[in-house]
Amino acid sequence: MIAVNNIEKSFGKTAVLKGISAEFEQGKTNLIIGQSGSGKTVFLKCILGLHRVTAGEIIYNKVPLSSMEEEEQSLLRQDMGMVFQGSALFDSMTVEENVMFPMQMFTQAPEDEIRERANIAIDRVNLVDANHKLPAEISGGMKKRVAIARAIVMNPSYLFCDEPNSGLDPKTAILIDNLIQEITQEYQITTVINTHDMNSVMEIGEKIIFLKEGYKAWEGTNKDIFKTDNEAVTDFVYSSELFKKVRKVYLEESH
Amino acid sequence: MIKLLEHIGRYFIMLQRTFGKFTKGSVLRKLIVREIDDLIIGSLGIVAFISFFVGGVVAIQTAINSDNPLLPKYLVGFATRQSIILEFAPSFISVIMAGKVGSFITSSIGTMRVTEQIDALEVMGVNTYNYLIFPKIVAMTLYPFIIVISMFLGIFGGYVACISGGFSAHADFVEGLQLEFNPFHVTYAFIKTFLFAMLLATIPSYHGYYMKGGALGVGKASTTSFVWTSVAIIIMNSFVTNLLLT
Repeated sequence: MIAVNNIEKSFGKTAVLKGISAEFEQGKTNLIIGQSGSGKTVFLKCILGLHRVTAGEIIYNKVPLSSMEEEEQSLLRQDMGMVFQGSALFDSMTVEENVMFPMQMFTQAPEDEIRERANIAIDRVNLVDANHKLPAEISGGMKKRVAIARAIVMNPSYLFCDEPNSGLDPKTAILIDNLIQEITQEYQITTVINTHDMNSVMEIGEKIIFLKEGYKAWEGTNKDIFKTDNEAVTDFVYSSELFKKVRKVYLEESH
Repeated sequence: MIKLLEHIGRYFIMLQRTFGKFTKGSVLRKLIVREIDDLIIGSLGIVAFISFFVGGVVAIQTAINSDNPLLPKYLVGFATRQSIILEFAPSFISVIMAGKVGSFITSSIGTMRVTEQIDALEVMGVNTYNYLIFPKIVAMTLYPFIIVISMFLGIFGGYVACISGGFSAHADFVEGLQLEFNPFHVTYAFIKTFLFAMLLATIPSYHGYYMKGGALGVGKASTTSFVWTSVAIIIMNSFVTNLLLT
């Protein structure tokens, strides 16, 4: 579990995060949502330790990140997987080499075993005939799958995804969402997803944190989001006519 | 001025971190081999081409401008040797390498920054300074070999140009090459070549690592990197020459 206590982050005089507290639970897909510029990516990077917070604490399994020695932080990072918005695959390596990379860096396992484990991860994300292709030779959806395979190959306790289905067609986006949720439940990972994809919110949002202008404006589940009367959330989530109708139907049916 | 000091401070912090937590040996070896291929082997062609032809031009210019019966005939070979060993090969080629190798380093690290590959490495717990910069420093320790080739081809180019153009006789040119040869000049050239190699590996890495912005930022960083690497090479050249030859 990850707990975030009252964190603040400023860049110069610009305050981006303004006292956010939240808990991200194990075995659940925890979503951070909000408009562009609401501080989602900065929030995620603070949790990862890529940005140092101005105030507050980030706690991994009861141990504050700030109190960890460099070596402890390094070990913690080996227990994290991250899927970046643009996949962030190493473009000089093939798909298989990308997935093998974390194990080559941090384990003493022989090359054959590393390759075998990498192929298990590649199979898990349903990638076929792509092992020897370079990232430039595969589609956006395949890149996301490779990024997920690379993120899970070390069996991490924490999985972070920054807009994992941005730029994907709706069908592939749903496949990626479902894949992340399956993996989260299968390996009991604490998964934190940063998204503004409403399908993801409705489908896999087991816990949702809504950010607005650097504040946490709302917290709940994908069921709660239909019922909430929080104006900031409803303005954001039900901005399209289609989602307004979906909500209406859901509420009518649930009554 | 404060901005410049900030850059210098951050550059030295980067160097310190580069020699911090080391990447796993087997991974590092592969990276070093790849960097040697990209930075050293990949530069041989352009260095050979430039050295041969500029060596020829240096010899022809010397021959044309010293066409005086009072000047000894061996002067062409002598001047070609001195200018190539002392300045052309170590300094001029290094400035060219600031463009070739420097831009490559800045743009490759800069692109990794833009596409979040550096963030991905950091999330995994990799010391990105060591992973990205240290192999380049090691590869560039082989840079003096490029300069040896440049020295040889520069002088050879001068010889070929002089003989084929009829500017000097074989015996006169060779006499000039052998005249008052001071081995310390070669040592001096290698000392500064080594120092330039460190600048060539680290300044472009700095500009790539700390670049901001998107694709345009990569282009800007490459240009800035070339300018500052060249400036640093020229300043270092002046400093080392004053220290070792005066």
